[in-house]
Amino acid sequence: MKKNWPLWEVFVRSKNGLEHRHFGSLHAADAEMALENARDVYTRRNEGVSIWVVESKDITASNPENNGELFEPAQDKIYRHPTFYDLPDEVKHM
Amino acid sequence: MSEEQLKILEAQFEARIARDEKIEPKDWMPEKYRKTHIRQMSQHAHSEIVGMLPEGNWITRAPSLRRKVALLAKVQDEAGHGLYLYSACETLGISRDELYEQLHTGKAKYSSIFNYPTVTWADMGAIGWLVDGAAIINQVPLCSTSYGPYARAMIRVCKEESFHQRQGYEIMIKLANGTPEQKEMAQDALNRWWWPSLMMLGPTDAESVHTEQSMKWKLKRKSNDDLRQQFIDQTVPQADLIGLTIPDPDLKWNEERQSYDFGPINWDEFWQVVKGHGPCNKERMNARVGAWERGTWVRDAAMAHAEKQASKKLEKAM
Repeated sequence: MKKNWPLWEVFVRSKNGLEHRHFGSLHAADAEMALENARDVYTRRNEGVSIWVVESKDITASNPENNGELFEPAQDKIYRHPTFYDLPDEVKHM
Repeated sequence: MSEEQLKILEAQFEARIARDEKIEPKDWMPEKYRKTHIRQMSQHAHSEIVGMLPEGNWITRAPSLRRKVALLAKVQDEAGHGLYLYSACETLGISRDELYEQLHTGKAKYSSIFNYPTVTWADMGAIGWLVDGAAIINQVPLCSTSYGPYARAMIRVCKEESFHQRQGYEIMIKLANGTPEQKEMAQDALNRWWWPSLMMLGPTDAESVHTEQSMKWKLKRKSNDDLRQQFIDQTVPQADLIGLTIPDPDLKWNEERQSYDFGPINWDEFWQVVKGHGPCNKERMNARVGAWERGTWVRDAAMAHAEKQASKKLEKAM
C-alpha cells in the first residue's frame, strides 16, 4: 500500500544569538531524513548554524477567524506602553 | 454562506490586497484565488524540476572543473527552487502527490522553453544568460505578490538565481572570445535560444487570458509585452558587448521610444510546443516520469524503515 512521506516544517537559526525562524517545509520519511533534507534544501549558502524540524501535523495553529477575540483586546490597552505615562521634561531618561 | 455574505467577504479580501496586506494560508480566500495560485505556483515548481533535465546532460561533459561545479550548483538550486515552490503550493491544500500527478499526466504545464534540446556546450551558456535572464525578469515582481508563502519562496529564489545568469553569460563571453569555431558555437546557441526566450515571457497582452485578474492579485505586476520589451532592451547591449548578433533582422533602436523595435514572433511555434509538439516534450516527460517510477521502491523502503524504527522505539518504552 502506498504511503506518502509526511510533511515537516523547517526552522533555521541563521547564527548564534538569533532565534530559529520558519524557513519552509519539506517531505521526509522520518526526523533524521527531514534534517538531512533541510540541510540540502534550505542551507546551501551558509544560511544556518542549527536546524529544527517538526512534523507539520504536530503544530497547533490559531484560526484567523478568531483573530478578533484573540488579538483585538490588546489594542486598547495603551497603558501597557511607556508612552502612556506623563513625565516632567526634566527627566531625560526613564 | 449566502451570496451576499460571500460578496462582502470578497470585497474585504480585495481591499486587503489593495492595501498591500499579505494573504496567509489559513486566511479566508475566494476559491478562484486559491485555484489560480495552485495553477501558477505549481506550473512554476514544475518548470524548475523539468528545467533540470536539459542541463543535467551536460554536468559530466562540462569542459572544466570550474564549469562543472557551477553547473552542478545551478541544477541543485533548481531542485531546491522546485521544492520551495511545491511546499508553498501545498499550503493551499493540495498534496505533493496530486501536484506530481498533474505534471506526469500532462494536466499541468511547465515552461515551454524546456522542450528545446541542448545540443552543444554553448547551450549551457545561452540558457543561463537568456532563459534565466528572462526568468529573473518574470520573477522579481513576484517577490511582492499577495500570497505570503509564494512571495517568501520567490525572495529566496531570486536571491539565489542571479548567479545562474552570470555563469551563463560568462560561458558565452569565453566562447565568443575563443577560436572561430567556439565563437560560431556561441552564435549558433544564441540563434536557437533567442526566440524561444522571448516566447517564454508569455503570449502577447491581447492573447493573455489571465492578465487582468492576476494584476489585481499582484500575481503579475507588468504585462507580458512590457516584460518582453524589458528583456530585449537589457539583453541586446550584452550581445553587442561580446560581439554576438541577435538573430532578428528587424531589430532596431527606436530613438523616440528609447527601446528596441523587434520582428514578429512565431506564435504558432509557441502554441505547438505548449500543446506538446515541441522537439523534446515527450523526452522530458519520459525522463521525469521514469525517474519518479524508478524511485518508488526507495521511497517505500524509507517509509518502511521509518515505521519500523518508530515501532521499535515504542516497544522499548513499553
